Amino acid sequence: MTFPILSVIIFSPLVAALIILLMPADRKTEIRVAALVTATFALILSLWVYLSYDQAAAGYQFIEKYSWMPQFGISLHLGVDGISTPLVLLTGVVMFTGVIISWGIEDRPREFFAFLFLLASGVFGVFVALDLFMLFFFYEIAVFPMYLLIAIWGWVKTREYAAMKLTLYLFIGSVIALVGALAMYFESGMGTFNMLTLETANFSPEFQKIWFLPVFMGFAVLGGIWPFHNWSPDGHVAAPTAVSMFHAGVLMKLGAFAALRVGIMLLPVGAKEWSWLIFAFATVNVVYGAFIAMTQTDLKYMIGFSSVSHMGLVVLGFSTLTADGMTGAGVQMFSHGVMTALFFAATGMIYDRAHTRHIPELGGMMKPLPWVGTAFIVGGLVSMGMPGFSGFVAEFPIFMGVWQVTPWVAILAVISIVITAAYIMLAIRRTFFGEMPAAFEGHITPIKAIDKIALVLLAGLMIGLGMFPSIMVPMVATGVENVLRILGGA
Amino acid sequence: MDFLSNHLLSVILFFPVFVALVIWFLPKEEETLIRWTAFIGSLVPFALTLVVWFSFDQSMSSVFQFEENYIWYETINSNFHIGVDGISLSMVLLTTLLTPLAILASFSVKDKIKPYMMLFLFLEMGMLGVFLAMDLLIFFVFWEIGLVPMYFLINQWGSKNRNYASLKFMIYTVGGSLGLLLAIQLLGVLFGTYDIAAVTEGWTALSGTTMGMDVDTVKNITFWAFVVAFAIKVPVWPFHTWLPDAHTEAPTAGSMILAGVLLKLGAYGFIRLVLPLYPEQSAHFAGWLAFLAVMAIVFGAFGAYGQWDFKRLVAYSSVNHMGFVLLGIAAAAKAYGTANAHIAMNGAILQMFNHGLSAAGMFFLVGVIYERTHTRDLRKFGGLFPLVPIYGGILIFTSMASLGLPGLNGFVSEFLVVRGAWGELAGYTAAGMLGLLFTGAYILKGVKNVLHGPMNEEWAHGEHKLTEINTREIVVMVPLMVLMLVLGIAPAWLLSVINNAVTALF
Repeated sequence: MTFPILSVIIFSPLVAALIILLMPADRKTEIRVAALVTATFALILSLWVYLSYDQAAAGYQFIEKYSWMPQFGISLHLGVDGISTPLVLLTGVVMFTGVIISWGIEDRPREFFAFLFLLASGVFGVFVALDLFMLFFFYEIAVFPMYLLIAIWGWVKTREYAAMKLTLYLFIGSVIALVGALAMYFESGMGTFNMLTLETANFSPEFQKIWFLPVFMGFAVLGGIWPFHNWSPDGHVAAPTAVSMFHAGVLMKLGAFAALRVGIMLLPVGAKEWSWLIFAFATVNVVYGAFIAMTQTDLKYMIGFSSVSHMGLVVLGFSTLTADGMTGAGVQMFSHGVMTALFFAATGMIYDRAHTRHIPELGGMMKPLPWVGTAFIVGGLVSMGMPGFSGFVAEFPIFMGVWQVTPWVAILAVISIVITAAYIMLAIRRTFFGEMPAAFEGHITPIKAIDKIALVLLAGLMIGLGMFPSIMVPMVATGVENVLRILGGA
Repeated sequence: MDFLSNHLLSVILFFPVFVALVIWFLPKEEETLIRWTAFIGSLVPFALTLVVWFSFDQSMSSVFQFEENYIWYETINSNFHIGVDGISLSMVLLTTLLTPLAILASFSVKDKIKPYMMLFLFLEMGMLGVFLAMDLLIFFVFWEIGLVPMYFLINQWGSKNRNYASLKFMIYTVGGSLGLLLAIQLLGVLFGTYDIAAVTEGWTALSGTTMGMDVDTVKNITFWAFVVAFAIKVPVWPFHTWLPDAHTEAPTAGSMILAGVLLKLGAYGFIRLVLPLYPEQSAHFAGWLAFLAVMAIVFGAFGAYGQWDFKRLVAYSSVNHMGFVLLGIAAAAKAYGTANAHIAMNGAILQMFNHGLSAAGMFFLVGVIYERTHTRDLRKFGGLFPLVPIYGGILIFTSMASLGLPGLNGFVSEFLVVRGAWGELAGYTAAGMLGLLFTGAYILKGVKNVLHGPMNEEWAHGEHKLTEINTREIVVMVPLMVLMLVLGIAPAWLLSVINNAVTALF
């Protein structure tokens, strides 16, 4: 028996969370060190999975299967393919950097890290689950700690409202999807939740046409799809820095990923039937999100709405049902995850010092915080799809996919690039350049060395992927090939 | 040495980045060290370009040489494919020549030298990449990358209205290249490759319907997408309004590179992509292009004449001069395959090179006097010749080259353009010649208001006493002036490289 790496990745944060909860609350330094060790461990393991994934063999790898409730056909069935492997790495990266950024949390760090790891555990679980029941199980595990993390450690002004809104939206979405999943379970008559088996169930076209939309949209709510996106910016703003990083960086990918895995891959005929509608919604996301982001004056709201726009590109890519579009969408999930994690980390560092995120009140931050400024600029360039950075590598194939489906939508959606360029450049200039307000004089302390590690890691990933797309894109393409095979067979 | 000789172009392309990384690790207090590292570092690509120039097979200059091809973006079949032919080699030479001069010109920059020099070197890489690219996607990558350093150079080291100007520059160019981006995506989707040669072959042969539309319609639409993207960069009237603002606010060396090289990217795009990809559309719309070119020539000249800001005057002169480049391109498009086309195209490319020299020189000279007087208002100068005789001489020399005085470089290229265009687009050419009249007028206006007339006593005595151009500044000007003179008297060494490529391609 080989080393069960995927279950170790899922359960090690869970075990660490329990251990941290058992530590005395006043030993804050030890708690932080324990958290960092856990996160480093998870990062190394996810990197290991990423590097040892065999692209030539493709398909699902590192498969583990333990029977859990055989009466109902539920088993702990894990495995990764070319689409989920980068997402596992992404989760590892965000977890590691998120812990680093949260080093300074003084209010109950023990509980904070415990909940954060519970969240991470759930996220890892969704990405590697090959069992429909387990996917839901981990999905809810990931959503629940968000509520507490936002409601307890969030921004005082809006945290109760945002936590409530976020949780209700996501629960309603997942309940609708769950109903669809149960319908699949009974319709198939196979008595199993195994997704690989369900792929071969050959649901009748009528069944697929009815159930595709609820399942896909139920998950896509978490992906921030229009018109169900407005929980997302509120949640971003209210959440503490590390939770925003998780939320935008990883959690939104969960929605898009589950929508792909359950919606498109299990109900391919339904996907073909309804792709035009998803396509239309996603187009609205892309363009509308960009325009709304332009009007924001709060840095976090701006990034929140830009996430809506960028996640729209992911869904847009999936809904083209073409090799180029879906591959681009897969890469965009990784690229956007790293980018928003970086944005929120940088914003958090500024907020911790300036105690405001209101763009007009900021200025001149480049001088005291050159690392933050440079990292933010790199993130901005990724966001506007500048060639040489990961955003371009991801968005270009998405647009190629859109060309193959509806050319004029490509022309419409591309407008978002110039809108993004405008608001990002303005935000960078107003935040980091110009005169620093006198009130900040002496308050803007330099960032810690450990923060620099987080910023460099995130920025480096985006530049590396942008310059050498071959380090990730071919892997995603193998996963997409499998999806296309299913779509073609339907 | 084997590595070097096999990877000459990629070394030229990426050496500036290497130097920038070295500078990154230098302490920011060591200002002199940073300056000299940047300067000497930027001389290396120039030296290597000379190596390429002399080992370049001129008889085969229509064929890409020193080719390098690596897999870059496998999934969408885009390769890192670079090479030079006669046209791009002359532009590479211009870029690697102007960059060290611009860096030398920036030795007087006092503020944040480290990022300044790094951005300049990144800028050089971006520009070189466009000239070297043989793959559409790589072309686009470098085309966009160059924007970022230029934006920050204007935004951080510019003068008063820099925020407005830099954002305008950014939005204009990004907005303009959206069409280019979409058209490139379309071509990639159609042909499954981004190799320029392969795409050109497939695209020109394509007929019938594609994407549910008539191919001719698609070609017409994407033709204008390409044209608009490049026209904004050139810039062609009526897309030129970002240019005077960007120039006025940019630091001196930024203007030198902006006018000297960045504008050439647009014209290069016409020559490398628009004409080969759209021979029929180019010929069909040649009259329109010529119309835009003449408007640029005439309005550029009028615009320049109307300015009292010396730098704005020179900025509008770029619109005027680049109009001749487009006129030559339009004539070549119309007369595709004839001697007229070759003459006009030769003229256009030579004019690109010449304008690079003279515009960089003029902007530098404006910068020299601005640094001393802190004003660019022509009404505040006057009669400065006796105070700064050497500067005055250099200014007159460069102005005359810009004006197109026979014996200096501008005359040769403008003559070739007009000679080639006359047979094809006589009316437009004639109108353009009238515009040339005003070129003389605005240049003389500039020279007169700075050097001649009653002396403004403010600059003659006391703390504002005007100092003569210094040795470093003369060193910047000497290579430019030598080339202006050489190209005016004996342009054959450059023209033969260009001509061999042009006769084979157009």
